[in-house]
Amino acid sequence: MEPQRSFPKKLASSLVPAVPYLWLGLFFLVPFLIVFKISLSDPAVSQPPYKPVFEWGDVAGFFQGLDLENFEVLTSDDLYLSATLSSVRIAAISTILLLLVGFPIAYAMARAPERYRSLLVAMIILPFWTSFLIRIYAWIAILKPEGLLNQGLLALGVIGEPLNILNTETAVYIGIVYAYLPFMVLPLYATLEKMDDTLLEAAQDLGSPPWRAFWTITVPLAMPGIIAGSLLCFIPAVGEFVIPDLLGGSETLMIGRQLWSEFFSNRDWPLASAVAILLLIILVVPIVIYRDVESRRVETKA
Amino acid sequence: MNRRLSLFNVTSLVIGFAFLYLPILLLVVYSFNASRLVTVWGGFSTQWYVALFRNEALMEAAWVTLRIALLSASLATVLGTLAALALTRYGRFFGRTLFTGMVYAPMVMPEVITGLSLLLFFVAIGLDRGFWTITLAHTTLTMCFVTVVVQSRLMTFDRSLEEAAMDLGAPPLRTFFSVTLPLIAPSIVAGFLLAFTLSLDDLVIASFNTGPGATTLPIRIYSQVRLGLSPEVNAASAILIGIVTLGVVTATLLSKRSLLREEPNAH
Amino acid sequence: MRRSFAPWSDPAAKPLIRFENVTKRFGDAVAVDHLSLNIYESEFFCLLGPSGCGKTTLMRMLAGFEHPSEGRITLADRDLAGVPPYRRPVNMMFQSYALFPHMSVERNIAFGLKQDGLPKAEIAARVDEMLRLVQLERLAKRSPSQLSGGQRQRVALARALAKKPKVLLLDEPLGALDKKLREETQFELMDIQHDLGMTFVVVTHDQEEAMTMADRIAVMDHGRIVQVATPGEIYEQPKTRFIAEFVGDVNIIEGNVLGQENGHWRVRSRSAQPPLTIDDPDEVLHSDQAVAIAVRPEKMVIQRDPPGTDAVNVLTGEVWDIGYLGDWTVYRVKLASGEILRVTRANRSRYVESPIDWDEQVYVTFAPDAAVILAE
Repeated sequence: MEPQRSFPKKLASSLVPAVPYLWLGLFFLVPFLIVFKISLSDPAVSQPPYKPVFEWGDVAGFFQGLDLENFEVLTSDDLYLSATLSSVRIAAISTILLLLVGFPIAYAMARAPERYRSLLVAMIILPFWTSFLIRIYAWIAILKPEGLLNQGLLALGVIGEPLNILNTETAVYIGIVYAYLPFMVLPLYATLEKMDDTLLEAAQDLGSPPWRAFWTITVPLAMPGIIAGSLLCFIPAVGEFVIPDLLGGSETLMIGRQLWSEFFSNRDWPLASAVAILLLIILVVPIVIYRDVESRRVETKA
Repeated sequence: MNRRLSLFNVTSLVIGFAFLYLPILLLVVYSFNASRLVTVWGGFSTQWYVALFRNEALMEAAWVTLRIALLSASLATVLGTLAALALTRYGRFFGRTLFTGMVYAPMVMPEVITGLSLLLFFVAIGLDRGFWTITLAHTTLTMCFVTVVVQSRLMTFDRSLEEAAMDLGAPPLRTFFSVTLPLIAPSIVAGFLLAFTLSLDDLVIASFNTGPGATTLPIRIYSQVRLGLSPEVNAASAILIGIVTLGVVTATLLSKRSLLREEPNAH
Repeated sequence: MRRSFAPWSDPAAKPLIRFENVTKRFGDAVAVDHLSLNIYESEFFCLLGPSGCGKTTLMRMLAGFEHPSEGRITLADRDLAGVPPYRRPVNMMFQSYALFPHMSVERNIAFGLKQDGLPKAEIAARVDEMLRLVQLERLAKRSPSQLSGGQRQRVALARALAKKPKVLLLDEPLGALDKKLREETQFELMDIQHDLGMTFVVVTHDQEEAMTMADRIAVMDHGRIVQVATPGEIYEQPKTRFIAEFVGDVNIIEGNVLGQENGHWRVRSRSAQPPLTIDDPDEVLHSDQAVAIAVRPEKMVIQRDPPGTDAVNVLTGEVWDIGYLGDWTVYRVKLASGEILRVTRANRSRYVESPIDWDEQVYVTFAPDAAVILAE
């Protein structure tokens, strides 16, 4: 804006990016490096419960103390491999379910009369403001064998005996779809709402029946929203802990749960760190794509 | 264009919103259940609310959570607004790609990773776990959400308003405080509320970074829920839902009013 | 270039498109009101009217996006009721062009052909032909966002023409172009229509556009057709005051009929002494009827010297404004009665010895057959 500025002013203005930059560097980036370092350490009965601990006097000894032993455990023990695979599978299936549930809702919202649309958006967001933990907790009472869903279905005569849903993978899918639905609907709605209806008319005019126009016009144009929504759901779902812990059964393996139990139950911090690194490796590509999609979306909105 | 809702559209909306709201509604209804069995209706009663307020551990946890949320949301609002300004007004600065990465990644990063990494960091620098470590952790997570909210407002901000102020003789800093800040204020408030709620809500990151005397409400609720359904938790949930609903409705009304005030400049 | 072409005046000719007593309501609002209209094969037909007159609704009913509340639309003797847009042999060029942003120019043009399941080679050949027709061969691979407004308009045209529809509908086809480009494109559209022998139905609010391109113009107002005629008839023999004022510039002089003299109508007006003489034999009027006399500005003569005693239709006033447009000069003359006339004069020579100046007393005259009488 101004070609010349005095030095103190320059300094003050450079603080604007510098402060959040340093904060994130210190509290986001550095912790990752530490996780990485500890994943190469060994557990120890001490405080902190790992070794080696970095000391300025013995840099060489510190590096010699690091090894890949934890990763060898991860690759040799079937538990981690199957937890990883099952996390990715559960997250992928949940994402597809979310798309199937979310698309019709977002589509209907985008077609609703304009004066109702902001209300509908607010209604999609509202549950998100209420506690995540509470919303998952609510499903326990519904899905229990003697819970409200079974009571209702039994009363209606739909089923003869209670369904066993709680503590199964089905309950995890229900929980994830329920908790993540706003994150799928909102990006979809944002792209669908912007879509020009005359494009669909043009497609029909050129001989395309509505269902075909949906696949050739609506879906491709909604792709940015589909990608953003899917990543926004898939990435955290892979590392989800609360939902499988409260709704899933003991056989529902998920890597976030594994990390939690290594840390809290087994107090094996180095192994927990190695699991975190593993999880990060799985997610780094989706996260980078998400960051690109998202920053492009925000910046083209101008 | 006149868009029309088909029967399928209406059905999608009805089923979708029923799916979203029924569980919450049931939870609230059953918080007034006289029976100790959470899923069997035993008549209307407010006894669990009374029990809740007598539950000192829960009340203590609520107070801790509130303090953490207020403090971390305030810090996050300042940091997030600065970050949003950096991303929209500073063009290409050194390390911008890394910076945007650090802003967007925590939002999708599984909480277990964020929680664990921050804990290990606090241990490494020798900071005792407790109130402050949770606050710092929440600030780091929630400032990213504030950034995105404020950034999207700044993106649609009409720069000519600032230019007009400067043309009329206001130096950059005064322009910022007298023109820019008042106009982006609603988004800053929205960012603060978002940060506040996220902090209030967080279980995983708080569990990793908690210490003696810093048990937050979600941690307390979680440990009760693991032992089975509890009518007291229902009552606590109903109160939280009530507060949030009230807050969101107020915020919506406020933002509608400020939108109306802004309307002439909106286009 | 223009052929003698007037199937509408041939009683044996069969219309391609028929609107039979069509009404369209949106809730309480009537967009099209008991309208009947015939459009013939190979005709370049313009629907002209102010916004909200129902012309776009009429076109959208033909395309199949709206359905008549009452009445019938037929195309080549086939009732279009119940035929969805994607089965009608009609294609539309949208006002916004509605180009698919995720497809290249080529794929946009090919879209309609693909829907028909034509073989690949045939599609490619037709796309090439269309690209050549609108001179966009070099831009085939571009995406719509990389094109200028004029180029987009051509892609939209090519896409709509690619299926060789029986009828091409054009919704404000030139509305988004700047003036120079608009004029060029008008002539191009006429050439394309002539070469392909296709029926064009154009919706426009721009009378110049309609006058230039159309074989016939239907002027619409409040959901009804006020007049259907050739551009010349619309301009020279407007049926109502609305048409006279909507199409081109016009001076309206209000008065009352005195009677008929030698086959000419005599009209008394407070703007003119003596009464005016108008040669408009088709009108049936009665004595003392209030009428409006419409005279186009270019059909009035402005002069400084008093006209001869045998002159008819003499108005006097003073020059209020002069607008020099290069080819024309526009004079605004204020009459004693307070009315302001608009008179134009072609600038035939580069130098005029003593031009008419501001505030000068002038005489404005017009021939009896230059005016049209419009019943009020």
